[in-house]
Amino acid sequence: MKRKFSFLLVMLAFPCVVLLLQGCSDLILFNPKGPIGDSEKSIIIVAFLLMLVVVIPVIIMTLWIPFKYRASNIKARYDPEWSYSNKIELTMWLIPFAIVLILSTILWRETHRLDPYLPIASEANPLNVEVVSLDWKWLFIYPEQNVAVVNQFVFPVKTPLSFKITSDTVMTSFYIPQLGSQIYAMAGMQTRLHLMADEQGEYTGQNQQFSGAGFPKMTFNAKATSQGEFDSWVQHVKQSPNTLDFARLEELRKPGTSDAAIYFSSITPGLFEHIVTKYDPMARNVHGPGETAHPAHGK
Amino acid sequence: MFGKLTLSAIPYHDPIPMGAVYGSLLLGMTILSLITYFKKWPYLWKEWLTSVDHKKIGIMYIILAMVMLLRGFSDAIMMRAQQAIALGSSQGFLPPDHFNQVFSVHGMIMILFMAMPFLSGLMNIVVPQQIGARDVAFPFLNAVSLWLSVAGALLVMVSLGVGEFSRAGWSGYTPLSEQAFSPDTGVDYWIWSLQISGVGSLLTGINFLVTILKMRAPGMTLMRMPLFTWTAAFTTVLIIFAFPVLTVALSLLTLDRYCGMHFFTNDLGGNTMMYINLFWTWGHPEVYIVILPAFGIFSEVVATFSRKKLFGYGSLVYATAAIMFLSFSVWVHHFFTMGTSANVNIFFGISTMLIAIPTGVKIFNWLFTMYRGRVRVATPLLWTLGFLSTFAVGGLTGVLLSMPPADYVLHNSLFLIAHFHNMLVPGVLFGFMAGYAYWFPKAIGFRLNATWGKLSFWFWLTGFYLAFIPLYILGFMGMPRRMQHFDNPAWHPYLIIAALGTFFILCGIGCMLLQLLVSIRDRHATRDVTGDPWDGRTLEWLTSSPPAAYNFAVIPTVQDRDAFWDMKETGTAYRKPDRYVDIAMPRNTVYGLAIGGLAFLFGFAMIWYIWWLALVSFLGVIAVVLARTADDDTQEVIPAAEVERIEALRRGGA
Repeated sequence: MKRKFSFLLVMLAFPCVVLLLQGCSDLILFNPKGPIGDSEKSIIIVAFLLMLVVVIPVIIMTLWIPFKYRASNIKARYDPEWSYSNKIELTMWLIPFAIVLILSTILWRETHRLDPYLPIASEANPLNVEVVSLDWKWLFIYPEQNVAVVNQFVFPVKTPLSFKITSDTVMTSFYIPQLGSQIYAMAGMQTRLHLMADEQGEYTGQNQQFSGAGFPKMTFNAKATSQGEFDSWVQHVKQSPNTLDFARLEELRKPGTSDAAIYFSSITPGLFEHIVTKYDPMARNVHGPGETAHPAHGK
Repeated sequence: MFGKLTLSAIPYHDPIPMGAVYGSLLLGMTILSLITYFKKWPYLWKEWLTSVDHKKIGIMYIILAMVMLLRGFSDAIMMRAQQAIALGSSQGFLPPDHFNQVFSVHGMIMILFMAMPFLSGLMNIVVPQQIGARDVAFPFLNAVSLWLSVAGALLVMVSLGVGEFSRAGWSGYTPLSEQAFSPDTGVDYWIWSLQISGVGSLLTGINFLVTILKMRAPGMTLMRMPLFTWTAAFTTVLIIFAFPVLTVALSLLTLDRYCGMHFFTNDLGGNTMMYINLFWTWGHPEVYIVILPAFGIFSEVVATFSRKKLFGYGSLVYATAAIMFLSFSVWVHHFFTMGTSANVNIFFGISTMLIAIPTGVKIFNWLFTMYRGRVRVATPLLWTLGFLSTFAVGGLTGVLLSMPPADYVLHNSLFLIAHFHNMLVPGVLFGFMAGYAYWFPKAIGFRLNATWGKLSFWFWLTGFYLAFIPLYILGFMGMPRRMQHFDNPAWHPYLIIAALGTFFILCGIGCMLLQLLVSIRDRHATRDVTGDPWDGRTLEWLTSSPPAAYNFAVIPTVQDRDAFWDMKETGTAYRKPDRYVDIAMPRNTVYGLAIGGLAFLFGFAMIWYIWWLALVSFLGVIAVVLARTADDDTQEVIPAAEVERIEALRRGGA
């Protein structure tokens, strides 16, 4: 019976392996398009390989020991009182300890290096973007270009992106998988994120944190272009008849999804700060724009 | 008069919940009429519903767990089926409203109403017998715990047909679970069923910690306690420290929702992050609450079926203690992406990794217990072997997720879902299934059919890999959790394989149920007359199967770690005592059932804003507690002659 089942298992595993080989390019986390995602991919692979040092022996031992010492194999040594060995005890504490020590060192270094709040060093000037999560769409404000877009994010390649992120609804998570790290968007608070794309292309951006009925539709198209294309795109947005003021924002806040991108040729100044501070009547006069206290991360 | 409750709360128009409602009602009516037809009400009332016998309470807990397993699993099938078809233009068969309820209730049921009752049930049946006690420290409290758990579970079931369940996930993150975003009764069902069963769990925790600390047989020092008792002790400590946090967090959320306060709201000074911190301060230890007893079960099973002493007993105890302490220092790893500073994430990342050390040590202990043993691959050991190999993979992905930079890309993806199912299915469920097969003859008196048991195991194991390996891959493909619908065709094949996996698990559950039926049919052939069907090592195998109400006619004296094995070696195990004495045991009581019933009414009334009923039922609970306090006649004496008769019967039978 056991053999029949392992046969079945192999038969079922086979199509999985084929699918996996076919779908390698679909494993987007192993196909990153920016420095942050690239480092994170390497960390995953290194940690994975290091841990195999323990996991593979464990799996082999789990199969081999009960087989070797099966009750019917009376030739195998039987030692019913043997229950302690200094050497084995020491080894079984030390090996996991050593691996955790190595991993912790990597963890320490990389967590500092890949802190989402840390600006990316680059010769190009960073592009500042303010992101607001709404029910169930993303609003991108380009303060320097004075334009805003819903559910589309166009940016120049090889330029550090400096995000300020907040939510005007429940908690969500801002995430462009192929560029790397995600970060939560929370109402009344501002989180930071720094990403960069090395290659031109269109990537999916999404909300990674369940946020209610329209959650699966809360995606956007993230498009990395050349600087020239980006500039002409900004000009294109500036031709839109829509402008974004407080009244229009109220409309956008209404729960609903948006399939097509919406362009706004100009925005009311301080819109983002207004969204961040409006939840807390006490904070409005305390902090200047852009200096909203983040309880979890200083300023 | 009926608060918010109107007839429109019943989802007549929706075929899926109504099907489930009619199905449950039909099944319930059938069972009730069968009981009536066979005139079993007095038996049920006297032997079960009013019982304070820890073994019977344990069995009732496990029945509850099994029923809720079926419910939670049918939710799993619905989710997998939905995701297998909801691509592109197809919206599947579950609209977002319903799908979001399904994943919320699945998580909550599996943790709170499957795993928790299962572990309480096993602790109830086994712990007092393992430490050579006749009962738990507070038998009445034990009954109250059971009926509070049942009341909570019943509320979840009622939400199927009356109103709806929460759509905010099993963790109920604020502000989504606040009035502003979830104005209907769903979240209230979630709150009150958690609160009521949570009180039950807390009482169980206190009860068993006291039992283990104060009621051990003479000679059983702490370092002679069987491993399952040790893990039960650690689990109860975790329950006592963790559950009040949940109670408080939910109470504050209740104040927000019912009284318009602002603890966790977006505005007016509320702090949504605080709820998430509090929730996981309970939530992470909760994972260890359900998994530590399973580790205890594996330890017992491995030693018994290797016919050998447990390797590295001291290591195992200290490793478990280490896990107990560490489990309170890792909660932030559930939200590395909240914007906490690198140093905070590093602290919680490393403390999470540290847990891998004692856990790894445990795995080696179990492996070396089999080393130089005589290994019998019976059903309980099969579950254990399945656990050991599968759990190692889950540990690997867990350590991966504990690295904040890796978590930044894998957080809230299906990789995370695959990871925690990879810990909880082999770690908890396989453990409890091993315990179920192992202690079933002790609790019921006959063995479970081995063929169906092994078949069930193979279906579960195959189904597990098929259902969750694709989810790991989907995580790397960037698929978030909790998606009612998706547009990426690359995800589709993996979701179909995962759905196929649930079908295998369904067969596994089918085999489990068939196993029970076949075993009941064959019970005369497989009856356990010795009380020691597996050649056991610990004290629970000294009693008869099923044990007499008093467990031990004479309290045993413990000389060694594997107390019963030692007695068998030295030939003192079945020695007839010189004389028997009267034994005082707690008397049946209806108060426990009454408290459970009133708590259910209270929860229901609070959910629907039926204030008068809430007040009446709450006062009712207090009245019952007072009445019980005033009741001095809570014990009955089993005379020595009766004890002698029962023991003689056993000897005759053996």
